[in-house]
Amino acid sequence: MIPSAFDYAAPTTVEEALGLLAAADSAGDDVKVLAGGQSLLPVMKLRMADPSMVVDLGRITGLSGVTDDGDSLTIGAMTPHHVVASDPLIARHLPLLAKAAATVADPQVRHRGTFGGALVHADPAGDMPAPVLAMGATLVIAGPNGERSVDAADFFQGYFTTAVREGEILTRIRVPKFTGWGAHYEKFTRVSQQWSIVGIAAMVRVEGGTIAEARLGLTNMASTPLRATAVEQALAGAALTAEAIAAACLHAAEGTEPASDLNGDAEYRRHLAQVLAKRAVLAAAGL
Amino acid sequence: MTATTEVGGPGAGRAEVGKARLRKEDRHLITGRSRFTDNMVLPGMLHLAMVRSPYAHAKITAIDVSAAKASPGVMAVLTGADVAAEQGSLPNAWPITPDQKAPAHGAIAVEEVAFAGEVVAVIVARTPAAARDAVELVDVSYDELPVVMDLEEAFTDKVLAHSSLESNKSATWVFDSAEAGTGSSVQEAIDNAEVLIERTFYQQRLIPAFMEPRSTVVDPTGEQITVWTSTQIPHILRLMLALTLGIPESKVRVIAPDVGGGFGGKLQVTPEEAITVLAARRTGKPCKYTETRSESLQAGHHGRAQVQRLKLSATRDGTVTGLSVNLLADMGAYLGLVTSGIPILGAFMYNSIYKFPAYRFECNNVFTNKTWTDAYRGAGRPEATFAIERLMDELATELGMDPLAVREKNWIRHEEFPFATVAGLEYDTGNYEAATSKAVELFDYQGLRAEQKRRRESNDPIQLGIGVSTFTEMCGLAPSRVLGSLSYGAGGWEHAQVRVLPTGNIEVVTGSSAHGQGHETAWSQLVADRLGVPFENVEVLHGDTQISQRGLDTYGSRSLTVGGMAVLAAADKVIEKAKVVAAHMMEASEEDIEFTAGSFSVKGTDTSTSLGEIALATFAAHNLPDGFEPNLDSDATFDPVNFSYPHGTHLAAMEVDTETGRVSIRKYVCVDDVGVVVNPMLVEGQVHGGLAQGIAQALYEEAVYDDAGTLVTGSFVDYLVPGAPDLPHYITARTETPATSNQLGAKGVGEAGTIASTPAIVNGILDAVRHLGVKDIKMPCTPSRVWHALQAAQTTGGVQ
Ligand SMILES: Cc1cc2nc3c(=O)[nH]c(=O)nc-3n(C[C@H](O)[C@H](O)[C@H](O)COP(=O)(O)OP(=O)(O)OC[C@H]3O[C@@H](n4cnc5c(N)ncnc54)[C@H](O)[C@@H]3O)c2cc1C
Repeated sequence: MIPSAFDYAAPTTVEEALGLLAAADSAGDDVKVLAGGQSLLPVMKLRMADPSMVVDLGRITGLSGVTDDGDSLTIGAMTPHHVVASDPLIARHLPLLAKAAATVADPQVRHRGTFGGALVHADPAGDMPAPVLAMGATLVIAGPNGERSVDAADFFQGYFTTAVREGEILTRIRVPKFTGWGAHYEKFTRVSQQWSIVGIAAMVRVEGGTIAEARLGLTNMASTPLRATAVEQALAGAALTAEAIAAACLHAAEGTEPASDLNGDAEYRRHLAQVLAKRAVLAAAGL
Repeated sequence: MTATTEVGGPGAGRAEVGKARLRKEDRHLITGRSRFTDNMVLPGMLHLAMVRSPYAHAKITAIDVSAAKASPGVMAVLTGADVAAEQGSLPNAWPITPDQKAPAHGAIAVEEVAFAGEVVAVIVARTPAAARDAVELVDVSYDELPVVMDLEEAFTDKVLAHSSLESNKSATWVFDSAEAGTGSSVQEAIDNAEVLIERTFYQQRLIPAFMEPRSTVVDPTGEQITVWTSTQIPHILRLMLALTLGIPESKVRVIAPDVGGGFGGKLQVTPEEAITVLAARRTGKPCKYTETRSESLQAGHHGRAQVQRLKLSATRDGTVTGLSVNLLADMGAYLGLVTSGIPILGAFMYNSIYKFPAYRFECNNVFTNKTWTDAYRGAGRPEATFAIERLMDELATELGMDPLAVREKNWIRHEEFPFATVAGLEYDTGNYEAATSKAVELFDYQGLRAEQKRRRESNDPIQLGIGVSTFTEMCGLAPSRVLGSLSYGAGGWEHAQVRVLPTGNIEVVTGSSAHGQGHETAWSQLVADRLGVPFENVEVLHGDTQISQRGLDTYGSRSLTVGGMAVLAAADKVIEKAKVVAAHMMEASEEDIEFTAGSFSVKGTDTSTSLGEIALATFAAHNLPDGFEPNLDSDATFDPVNFSYPHGTHLAAMEVDTETGRVSIRKYVCVDDVGVVVNPMLVEGQVHGGLAQGIAQALYEEAVYDDAGTLVTGSFVDYLVPGAPDLPHYITARTETPATSNQLGAKGVGEAGTIASTPAIVNGILDAVRHLGVKDIKMPCTPSRVWHALQAAQTTGGVQ
């Protein structure tokens, strides 16, 4: 498990980092940004990636942490999973995110791996993209020409592919508050520490005896995370009963294109999406 | 017939045997002072990296090593052609038939590769990184050949795994009780069967997945070649390396330092070990090779991989009348040390604890283009136990009987021991009634059956099933004569030496080679009791052929029942010797000397002397009886007269989520009878670890290849080894029916959990969903497989 030789730089500001990326790029070097290293280092060690230069974001101050902007929270890209899982602001206003982050890997990985890294890596089986999509977050990307903001709906573009282009850095993620919403992340795996076979991110706002609004994100049901819009529509205004929820969740596999692999074929995943969506919504609604 | 006691039996009266001592070994292991092979650093040491074939079957047409040789830090690049004259062929010590076929097996492939991961060249460099970098620079040209991956297809010989062989069939081995005179004809039993159960079961391929990847360091700079290696078998390895590479045995020293698990996976003479020796001899410098986890999964030997075609005949009252077993066993690409014999170890166990009169076993060993198979915890016996325990449940279902009742109807009753089995073994003792009734009680069998009924009736999405597994195994490998009759290449004895030092401290040298089991602790307890010295005063030495000169190492649950008995025999010889000196010192006759608790006394007097005083006297040798050789030590070699037969009853309550297919273990009870227990904590540890591996076969693990021959489960992302959160809180208990084949009454516990648990889990899953029309589910019973089985049963109205 020894990677190919590479150059290493540890800038202390975003500008410096962008400068290094630009320089390496114009020299024709294959350069990679290093966040927590929990996805990048394994592929380097397996020599499935061999960048000639690695730019470590770990020494840049200001890329990590959670701030309250009134009706949204801003989370630094370098915030480790364990902070996302345990931060009191996130727990209060973005419970879905906290719950999803708590299911990522094991404590060691959660202390090293970062929220931003997980989003840029965009593994279809990764747990953080679906909640980010469901919550309609905005991702802020810094590049040679300054900053741009991208909606979550436009961020995840394909298998391991996002809106972050070469020479760019994801700096922070702005998420509107969902204070008072019920939330649940239902992750289905074969062993306790595994990537999602299927995962369902669900949030509901309950008013009286009905579901006023629902948002659902699907993990590993396509090459990108998906919104389960048909379920969301069916749930909006539905009675707060197990039957109504189950009926709405029969739409969970609509528009999905899951892969087949050792953990299950596409047919099984489509079925799981329905069952897990029902369970996620029931749990989110406190039933 | 021997009395059975519940735990705390015969061992409990002794001071040390029976005590749950903390392990001596753990202090250094958990304080970071471990010394694994990869920790070895020698002056001027070079590092190896392997170039491995990406193809499962191909001709090597050319290898260009020039770029690799020119790479910085590279000292040498060796190909198969470079070492063809000296590498020999890696050993298979168990030719099961005189006409067994096997391809030559050089450590580095010369002309043809037969599985993906086979070594085609080796880089020797100054640093591990330089070696690894140069791997990319070796240019190997291959002509791809057709691959045969499926065992049943390989048996047809349509595609050959080796172009040097005319058939994929390595050997056919048959046991027939009518021919052997141990029973009657199976064909007759089948012809006259009132009930015939015919099933085919698949034993998926597993990977031993020990925690410490394999590693070897070779120092060729002294008079001898010293080999440190992560092995279970330093003694066998020394002999085999000498024979394979043509080095005088006396010039090879093998050391197994701390070894992080083996499970049979390090019961091997590996290509990588031979290559490291070759590289060290070539370069004249110490060399190290440590595999990556991916290499370990790809190229360390695998286990299981059998297709079992079975016919069980019975009468309508549930009495089994015969069993026919027809086996295909996947050798993979080559025969390793005991590859060919693994199914044969199972041959004696298909009849398990039952006394049916007719049995036939036929095994066909077949080559495929996969990594070769060999011993993996249980080795042949888990496969056999799975088959018979699944069949007993199928018979119970067919007859509408309780699965425990069917077993009880057929098992050997306590008063029938010793019992000559239809497979030709003699079971010395056993008490299946006692273990089963205790398990039933701990499990709340009736309560769970009632709940199962309620869940069925209410159509609960979570269905409950009860899995039964009553098992026995043959342990304590093995009486040398029996091994001889099975054409195994060596004996099954074990050697020990006990030395009483002038200070009265004891050194025990054992030929068993511990790799995590806790031998140092257990042997210290044995000797402390026998010689009446404090536990702390006993030092156990092992794992170095220069310190422990003779031995046959650790596998097959043999250490205590064979190696431990050698230790006791050596201690007894020491006592006999000491008595001579005691009599001389106290001017009494030898017959009047009594030995208790470390002290020799003259009968009827208060004159006594201690073992320590005698040791000092024999060391000084100033005043010894005429002809007495100075010093107080003794050697002993123990060759067992019989195997030992641990047994037990395992019960698993399995919940199946019919919506997702996920299964979970609600409750697991096992009552094991491993005879007299030296250290209950060590036994508990072995049972827990064994259960984990057996459950892993039932639910999680499988080595999967694609059609081209690439291992798809090439990392722990896809080869799913369960962790602690995936396993239940076990309820373990014991009964003690001492073995009569050794003086301690011990039976062995290393493999029990693995052997027993797999069928308990699968039987439990099927018991939960059989009423929904599911007849069988292939292992591992993944959620998707369980769900698909439920779907298929629904759409076909119950027939699948
Ligand atoms: C054993 C193990 C188990 C795991 N299990 C799970 C799991 O169950 N669920 C799950 O969701 N994840 C899991 N992961 C992955 C984990 O969540 C990773 O932390 C995450 O995928 C990547 O985050 P990172 O900070 O480690 O990124 P890195 O590995 O450092 O980088 C990943 C990729 O993103 C790029 N990148 C990172 N940050 C930025 C940035 N700010 N701007 C631009 N590009 C960037 C890198 O260049 C690289 O290409 C597991 C990882 C391991 C090692």
